[in-house]
This record gives sequence, structure tokens and C-alpha cells, in this order.
Amino acid sequence: MSFERFLGKKYPETWEDLPLAGVVPWPGNTEEVDTSAWRTFKPVINQDKCIRCRLCWVYCPDGAILEVDEEYTNSKGRKFKITFKVDYVHCKGCGICAYECPVKAIDMVPEER
Amino acid sequence: MAAVELKEKQEAKARQSRRIAAKGNHAAALAARDVDVDVAAIYPITPQVQIAEKIAELVANGELDAEVIHVESEHSAMSAVIAAAATGARVFTATSSQGLELMHEMLYIASGLRQPVVMALATRALSAPINIWNDYSDAMSMRDTGWIIIFSENVQEVYDNLIQAYYIAEHPDVLLPTVVTLDGYILSHTVEPLELIPRDEVLSYAVKRPRGYRPVLDPDKPMTFGPVGAPNWYYEIKIQQIMAMREAPRVIEEAAREFEKRFGRRYGFIEEYMMDDAEVAIVSLGATASLVKAAVNRLREEGVKAGMVKIRVYRPFPAEQIAKALENVAAVGVLDRAVAFGGPLEGPLFLDIASTLAVRGMVKPMASFIHGLGGRDIFVKEVVEMFKKLQELARSGRSETRTLFYGVKSRTKLN
Repeated sequence: MSFERFLGKKYPETWEDLPLAGVVPWPGNTEEVDTSAWRTFKPVINQDKCIRCRLCWVYCPDGAILEVDEEYTNSKGRKFKITFKVDYVHCKGCGICAYECPVKAIDMVPEER
Repeated sequence: MAAVELKEKQEAKARQSRRIAAKGNHAAALAARDVDVDVAAIYPITPQVQIAEKIAELVANGELDAEVIHVESEHSAMSAVIAAAATGARVFTATSSQGLELMHEMLYIASGLRQPVVMALATRALSAPINIWNDYSDAMSMRDTGWIIIFSENVQEVYDNLIQAYYIAEHPDVLLPTVVTLDGYILSHTVEPLELIPRDEVLSYAVKRPRGYRPVLDPDKPMTFGPVGAPNWYYEIKIQQIMAMREAPRVIEEAAREFEKRFGRRYGFIEEYMMDDAEVAIVSLGATASLVKAAVNRLREEGVKAGMVKIRVYRPFPAEQIAKALENVAAVGVLDRAVAFGGPLEGPLFLDIASTLAVRGMVKPMASFIHGLGGRDIFVKEVVEMFKKLQELARSGRSETRTLFYGVKSRTKLN
């Protein structure tokens, strides 16, 4: 059972396809891991309240807050060049972003499936 | 003819010049030198200390170019060699008794991560009570850890088995950690003749394979070792290990065949002694087998058809060979120097032999003998007694359903 036969096969189906000892030979693979099922509450960003301070982006332990190049003008007429969004595939619903938000722009909403 | 004779004489002389006197511990260290290990992490524990000392000495005087990691425990020693093996290095470690127990959780990791770690194990009794003398309790404690276990009978076998261990462990079809035992004190501290093999010949036998034939840690090609094996994949990784264990006998045989071709010494999975016409036979392990051979010799003088089977490769268990060897005997005894407490019978090797014969429908009188725990001396006359017991069983046609303890101080009758 040589190692070569496992290369280039991304998704094993049976033990024969599995890389030796479960080694993961392709880096960055955790990007593909879906942790959304862990959530009971999901963060929802109120774009109108958000002041783009980036604290949620800093504190998110999973890098699940995305900084998007999308212009936004709030109700007071203030214009922002960027918008923060939640990556709901990787967010595990820990609520740190909502806790850290200085303007309470993030609400933790019960997950409904 | 004269030329052939001359060549033979020269060869014999060359072999003679390579013969030295060595303890088992030194033989193990010299084997590590001759296979040119890259990393050695050994925590000294009686009776293995001299291996650690000798490795340090060989590195200090320039005979071996290896990285010696001074670790603070056996757990760290095993962790260090697993990590070193994961980078593609050839590694060596050694331990004994409680040290092996401290390594225990790492033993599973070595086999689960499929790292070809090679270890010398100076077999010794387990505490409590504390005891530094020889029995096979420690070796038996690692039989289910997924390691290949090879027992040695004498100092030469320690050296030869360790060299073969590198051939086997690093083979792409196996990639399992391998341990070679040497009986504590009986082999580890006894000086015997040892025929060394020139280093270049050893290295052309146990070739250091180029990087990349197995997954290794490499900054240019990142890989994750030891990820979480959730219920959806853990089982499949275990099956890989099981299949590697099933593949191992082929490679072990190949290693032995190649070894014989190059260096002239023959090794099998088991060794049969006087088994051609044997009526009663005892199965044993390691250096104890020599004693059983002596008992067989004595019985043969008396006209008793006794025989002996020594198991060299204990895991993977050579069931086919053993069944074949014991096919024609009337009664089988198993001499254990370890205890499987509370087992159906208390001898761990006996359980293996009994199941080997049972699943093949070979029903014959059997007896489990335990003797020599914690370095208790076994004498030839006691093994002769065991053979006499087997003759009795052969006549009555019934197995002993309880383990027979020999050599124990006892007021009640234990056998």
C-alpha cells in the first residue's frame, strides 16, 4: 500500500482510499469544515447601528466575520466603504462578537431550522 | 577445489575477525549504530541502562552520527522518537518494565500514526512489588498496541532482529512500529559471542529510503498528522492498521530470507526443535526457549519423544506455522513467564496457542504452565517435570482446565 495512490484523491469513500493513518496531505482543509450545526443562536448584524470598528472581526475565534467591499450609507447619512457580514458556514454561535460589540449592533437570534 | 577451500577459509577468518564479546545491551546499541539511526531518545531504566549509555558513548566518540535527545521520562522518549520519525528520520529507543508502562499511551500513537519506530525492550517484571528481574509481563502488556513484537533468544539474535526490525518497520507495505525484546539480565547483561556485520552491508540490507515514500512532515508540503478521527473515520483507520498487520508476515519473511541470503543466519516465525517425531511439546518465548531445549535433550536421552517450539515473532501471531508444528503432537504445554490475571487460563501465550488450535478444530490435551515470574530461576528438571505432566495428559486425553504454577513456594498443591 504505497502512499502515491492516495495523492490527488480528495474525498475518500472507503478505508482503501483513506490516506495512511488519516494524514491530511492537503493544507487549508479546515476551510471545508462546516461548523454551522453547532449553533443554537446566530449573530445578526444590524448594519444601521454598526460603526465599522472591526472589533467583532478581531475577536471572532473562527474568522467567521467577513469584511466585504460593499458601500453602505446608514440612516444618519454616514457613508462606509466596507460592510461586515457573518460567514454562517463557519460561525459556531459562540456570541463573542455580540458581547464585544461596543454599539450593540449584533443580536444573537435563535437558530431556526 | 583448492581455490574454493581457500576462499572458504578466508571467509571464515573474516567472520572470526568480526566476532566480539558483547552483552545484549551493547548488541542492541551496536545494531542501532550499524543501521545508522538519525535520532535516539532513550531514558535509562534498569536493566536497559547500558543501551542508553552505549548510544551516548558511540555518538560522543564519533562512531554514530545521531541526534541524542536527553528526555526527562519514557513518555517523552517515545514522543520524541515518534515526532522524529514523522519527519522521516530513522529512530531508535529502548526501555523496560515501568518505563514501557509510562510509554503506554504513546505506543498506540506510534502505531496509529504508522511511524516506523524501532525499540529494544529489555523484558522485566512489573511492579508491585518492585522487581527488576526478568519475566515477560511488560512485553505482554504491549501485545494489543499494534506493534510488531519480536522475541530474541540470544545476544546474536538481539543484534540480527534489530537490523531486521528496521527492514520490516520502514517497509512501505508495513509502516508499523517494531519492538525487539532481550530478556532482562539473562541477555541484557550476559556476555556472549556476537558476530557483527560490516556497516555498509547492513545499510545495503536495511536501506534508508529516500524521503517521500511515506507521509512526512515537511514545511514545503504541509500535512496534518493525527487529526481527529470522528466516528465516521476512526474505524477505517484501525482497519488500515489491521491490514498492515496482516501484510506484515510477508515482509517479515522477506526480511528473514534476504538476511539469510546475505549474512547466512536463518530466522523463521517460529523455531522448531526436535519436532519431527515429537509426542509432547512445549511452546515458549525468548531466552526461556534455550532452557526448554536443554530439557528436551535430557528427555530424548531417556527415550521420551519431546519437542519444543519457540515463537520468535509474537505479533503478528504466526498461527498457521504454529498449527502446522503442533499438528502431530499428542499434548501441548505452554510455558509462560507472565500472567493474564483472571483470564480463562492465566498464561497469555497459552490463550493465543489455545485459540490458534481451537479455531482449526485441533482438539488435543493442553496445559498452561507458569514459571519464572520476577526472575525466579527455572531449572531443567522443572521443565522435565512439565513434560512428564504432558505425557500424563496425553495418556488421559484430557486438558488441564486450570493453570499449573511451577516453582512457587506453596503449602497447597498447585500442580
